[in-house]
Amino acid sequence: MTSINKGATQQIATIISNKRVGAYHQIHINVGEIVKSCRPGNFVAISVGGDSSRMILRRAFAISRVSESSQYGGTMELIVAPHGAGSRWLCSQIEGAELDIVAPLGTSFGIPTEPINALLIGGGYGSAPLFGLADVLKSRGCKVDMLLGASNGSKIYAPMEGKRSVNSLKIYTEDGSMGETGRVTESLLEIVSNRNIDVIYSCGPMGMLRAITELVAHTEVIHQCAVEESMACGIGICMTCVLPIRNEDGSTSMLRSCIDGPVMDGSRVQWDLVGQIPEVHQ
Amino acid sequence: MTLPVDMSTTLANAWFPTPIFTASGCASSGKELAQFFPLKDVGAIVTKSVMTKPRHGRPTPRMAETPSGMLNSIGLQGPGIDSFLANDVPWLLEQKARVIVSIAGETIEEYSTLARKLRSVSGISAVEVNISCPNVENRGLVFACDPDASRRVIDGVRKTIGGELPIIAKLSPDVTNLPEIAKGVVDAGADALALINTVLGMVINLETMKPHLGGKTGGLSGPAIRPIAVRAIYQVHAALPHIPILGMGGVASGRDALELILAGASGVSVGTASFGNPTALISIQNELRELLAARGFATLQQAIGYAHRDEKP
Repeated sequence: MTSINKGATQQIATIISNKRVGAYHQIHINVGEIVKSCRPGNFVAISVGGDSSRMILRRAFAISRVSESSQYGGTMELIVAPHGAGSRWLCSQIEGAELDIVAPLGTSFGIPTEPINALLIGGGYGSAPLFGLADVLKSRGCKVDMLLGASNGSKIYAPMEGKRSVNSLKIYTEDGSMGETGRVTESLLEIVSNRNIDVIYSCGPMGMLRAITELVAHTEVIHQCAVEESMACGIGICMTCVLPIRNEDGSTSMLRSCIDGPVMDGSRVQWDLVGQIPEVHQ
Repeated sequence: MTLPVDMSTTLANAWFPTPIFTASGCASSGKELAQFFPLKDVGAIVTKSVMTKPRHGRPTPRMAETPSGMLNSIGLQGPGIDSFLANDVPWLLEQKARVIVSIAGETIEEYSTLARKLRSVSGISAVEVNISCPNVENRGLVFACDPDASRRVIDGVRKTIGGELPIIAKLSPDVTNLPEIAKGVVDAGADALALINTVLGMVINLETMKPHLGGKTGGLSGPAIRPIAVRAIYQVHAALPHIPILGMGGVASGRDALELILAGASGVSVGTASFGNPTALISIQNELRELLAARGFATLQQAIGYAHRDEKP
């Protein structure tokens, strides 16, 4: 009857490799059978700090991609920015270390049933799950263009093998150290109309997701975005990661970005109400 | 070879096969955790405190991790009692879970209204009256900080609900004289006490140099508050040895649960630990059984309040 967290399992996963890529760590873990239920957009929640850790909450990471066919069986790739104490701990773990994970969690990007023109937009390490998504879209015959942006070149994540899945890739940095100077939203409307874009898939900072939503608000383009809101549990029980979402009838619901997200319809997120309390409609 | 331990416990006339429960506000209405373990395998599901009307709660950010703990500032977001009784309770009963419904109100009348709605609901084991949520707009509305207001809420619920359904009053540790407040609510008709709610706290964000939480203050939970819970349970059990206590506050292992039981808890709710570990209740329950057996307890009942055994009567 309930479908919340369906497919999610808690298990111990071993780190197969951990290497630095620019400002990030690319970490591969052996997760076995669950790769079959992982979809682009899903995330994994990982315990950090070891058994006597004073960090009691899991950290949520977008699943960058999964592979069923490696010599280890099912593997999962994560792109982690060593920002805080938890992610720094994770980035310091070496090959062979064991992680307590819960996955897959959350909603996934909607995959079209017919070939469409897709534009994938990533901000910083938000690009990570987009390459796995690009593979899936390509296999469905979609045309896949990608825009990546970050403050500087070391924060652009664009692996060689990932580039093969996209028809075109354009990079923007705010300091001009890689690609064009500026932000991914710079000439977005032009790109959307020149390339007849049907769907935008985005992942990155909330400000970027909001800006994309506002730019395409008066177009026919569908915007599926993976939101980033701080979570305590990742499984829907703590109610901390809520976002104001507009319902069909015009009222607003505070939905959990862990189970009703992270992938949401950008046009339904009430970006201007984030951080406020909407009025109750009854 | 150790003998199996009888883990069953009671809170007034309600019986539970094990003493490990969820904590209100930390398990929603059970559906999210059902993917990780059968809900009937734990003592009871204590549902998130529900109010008369649907409620959005407080603005985000609602969470800040702290050393061995976290602050939350949810503000009782929920569907309202009618939707809750129509959807969540029947589902929980279908799962064969034992259900303790937690209610919260802004006024004494709202608690009575909620009690009236619950009176006709069959299958629930007890009602938790949450008079101590710290995340309300007005600190003056934390009934559990005021002995008189606490008594009046419980009195209203008791008179409305009749004599059958056990009432568990959930109290705050943020008071000067907890045993006095506990005695007051017991005199007013509470059958059991839930100790402790979260402890009021604050985190200041060094980027914005303002309070981090949208609601400014929040409730501190997790292992950081466990010694406060142990103290509160010990004090109240000493003052009211015949009143069952549902203990909670930072329990993350079987060892922690046993500590609360030795202090005087008849049952133990697990809250924040489920955020970090969705199967925490099951591992805590298994560890507790082993710890009791290793200490020669044949029943859980023998361990309740055992830390008080050398106190003068």
